[in-house]
Amino acid sequence: MKILVPIKRVVDYNVKVRPTSDGTDVDITNAKMSINPFCEIAVEEAVRLKEQGVATEVIVVSIGDAKCHEQLRAAMALGADRAIHVDAATNLEPLAIAKCLKALVDKESPEIVLLGKQSIDGDNNQTGQMLAALWNVGQGTFASEVKIVDGAAHVTREIDGGLQTLKLKLPAVITTDLRLNEPRYAKLPHIMKAKKKPLDTLTIDELGIDGATRVKLVKTAPPAQRQAGIKVPDVDTLIEKLKNEAKVIA
Amino acid sequence: MKTLVIAEHDNQQLKPATLNTLAAAAKLNQPIDVFVAGANCGAVVSQAQAASGVTEVIVADSDYLAHQLPEDIAPIIQANIGDYTHVLAPATTTGKNLLPRVAALLDVQAISDIQNILDANTFERPIYAGNVIATVESSDSIKVMTVRTTSFDPVAATGGTASTRNLDAGSTSGLAEFVSEELAQSDRPELTAANIVISGGRGLGNGENFELLYQLADKLNGAVGASRAAVDAGFVPNDMQVGQTGKIVAPDLYIAAGISGAIQHLAGMKESKIIVAINKDEDAPIFQVADYGLVADLFDVIPELTSKL
Repeated sequence: MKILVPIKRVVDYNVKVRPTSDGTDVDITNAKMSINPFCEIAVEEAVRLKEQGVATEVIVVSIGDAKCHEQLRAAMALGADRAIHVDAATNLEPLAIAKCLKALVDKESPEIVLLGKQSIDGDNNQTGQMLAALWNVGQGTFASEVKIVDGAAHVTREIDGGLQTLKLKLPAVITTDLRLNEPRYAKLPHIMKAKKKPLDTLTIDELGIDGATRVKLVKTAPPAQRQAGIKVPDVDTLIEKLKNEAKVIA
Repeated sequence: MKTLVIAEHDNQQLKPATLNTLAAAAKLNQPIDVFVAGANCGAVVSQAQAASGVTEVIVADSDYLAHQLPEDIAPIIQANIGDYTHVLAPATTTGKNLLPRVAALLDVQAISDIQNILDANTFERPIYAGNVIATVESSDSIKVMTVRTTSFDPVAATGGTASTRNLDAGSTSGLAEFVSEELAQSDRPELTAANIVISGGRGLGNGENFELLYQLADKLNGAVGASRAAVDAGFVPNDMQVGQTGKIVAPDLYIAAGISGAIQHLAGMKESKIIVAINKDEDAPIFQVADYGLVADLFDVIPELTSKL
C-alpha cells in the first residue's frame, strides 16, 4: 500500500516567535526552520509501516515555496521513497491545503494519508480532518497507536478523558499525536542517498486549486504580560499570601 | 442569522465546556440553538434546554450516533445548516476532531481556538504556542469555530426554557467504527474545569512521587496536571498533560512543582489567575510568570504545604 505523508516547514519549536513591530505579521526572518514535529512523527510512522511490510511506498509532500525542498530531502533521509513539492504561497490556509492534498490523492491513490495533528505555527489542527471530509473517508485523529489489520486501520486516539480505539475502512486519514512514536535521526549515508531520490514539483494552478485567503490576518500582538511576581522565603509566607493577598484559598 | 452550538456530552451529562461555548455564542447577539447528537441522550437534551440563552435544542438521537463519530455527525450538520451563520464547539479533542470536517463540507475555512469575539466576523486567537495573539477576519458566509473554553465564563446551567426539534438522524456512513474506550478514573475535579490545579514535572522523579501532589490536591479540592516531560517519562498518563499539545487550563490557582516552564507548557497555563512556582532552580523560566515563587525542594515544601492547609 501507498502512504502519502504531507509535511510542513515551520519555525523550529525552540524559537520564541514575536509579532513584528508594526503588528501586521510575525517576525521569523532568519529564524531556524524545521519539519513540524508532528509531521516528523508521521514520517516515522509511515517508514515503520514500510519496514513492517505493510506499506510499499512512502511519498512525502510539502506545499509552499521551494525552500521546503530542504524538509522534503530530510524526510527522504528518514526513509521516504520520493517527494512531491507543490509550489504555492507559504501561507495557504488549511482548507486550500486540504484541497491540494485531495487533488494529489486523486493522482496517487494512496491507501493512507498520514499527517501531523497540528502545525506549531498556525496551531490550527484542521488539515487532516478537512482532507478526510473532502475525500469522504474515515479519520483517525490524535493517533497514539496505528495497526493495519485485514485491510482496516485500527487507530488508538488520545481523547480528553483517556484513549479511544476506532476501526477505519481504508482508504483513511490518520493524524499523529506526540506519543505515537519517537522519530529517528537521519544517518549521513541516508542523507547522501536522499539527494538522489526523486523530487517532483507541481504548481497549485496545475492542481486547479484556488489559494485565495478566506480568513485574513488583521493584526498581531504579544499576549498580555503577567505582572512580575515575588519570591517568598517559606511555606508559611506562601500560605499567608494565597489566603490574604491573592484570596485564592480559604 | 442564527448561531449553532454543538453540545459536548457523553449521552448522560452535558459537559461544562458547552456552557463556556454558549457564553462565547452570546457575544454574537443572535439566537442560539444547541445541537445534540447521540444515542438515548434525553437527559442531555433536558440539560441543554435548561442552559441560559438557548432558543432551540436540535436533536439527532440514534443508536449509530452513540459515539458521535465525526464521519456520521458532520453530514447531519451540513444537511441542516439552514440559516446558521456561526457554528461553534468547544476546542476540546471532540470539537477539534469534528469542526474542521464540518467546515470542509461547507467549503469554509474554520477558525480554531478563538479566545475573543470582536464582531460577527472578527476574532482573536493564539498562534505560535500562544506567543502571538492574532486578530483574524473571516470573509466566509458561515463561520465555523472552536472556542477556547478558559477564555469565556460559563453561562448559567439552569433557568433556560428552550424548545426542542428532532431531526431525522439518517444512517451511518460506515467509514469508521467504534471499537473500545479506556477512560482514566478519577474522583478529583476535571482538569480543565478545576479552580485549583497542581502540576508536577520532571522534578517529581517518578510516578509514585505524584502521590504528594494528589494529597495536596485532595486538601484543596483541586485537580492534578503534569508537564510533557513528566508524561513522556511515563510518570503519569498523557490526559494529565497541560500545554500546547495537551490541555489548556486557567484555574484561580495553578501550582507548578518541579516544572521548568518551557514555552510548550506555558501555552497551556499562563492564563491562570495566580501562579505559584516551586522549584529548586532559581533561574527556571517558570519564575518569570509566577506570582509567588518559592525556591526550594518540592519534596520538603509540598508535604509541609499539605500539612499546614
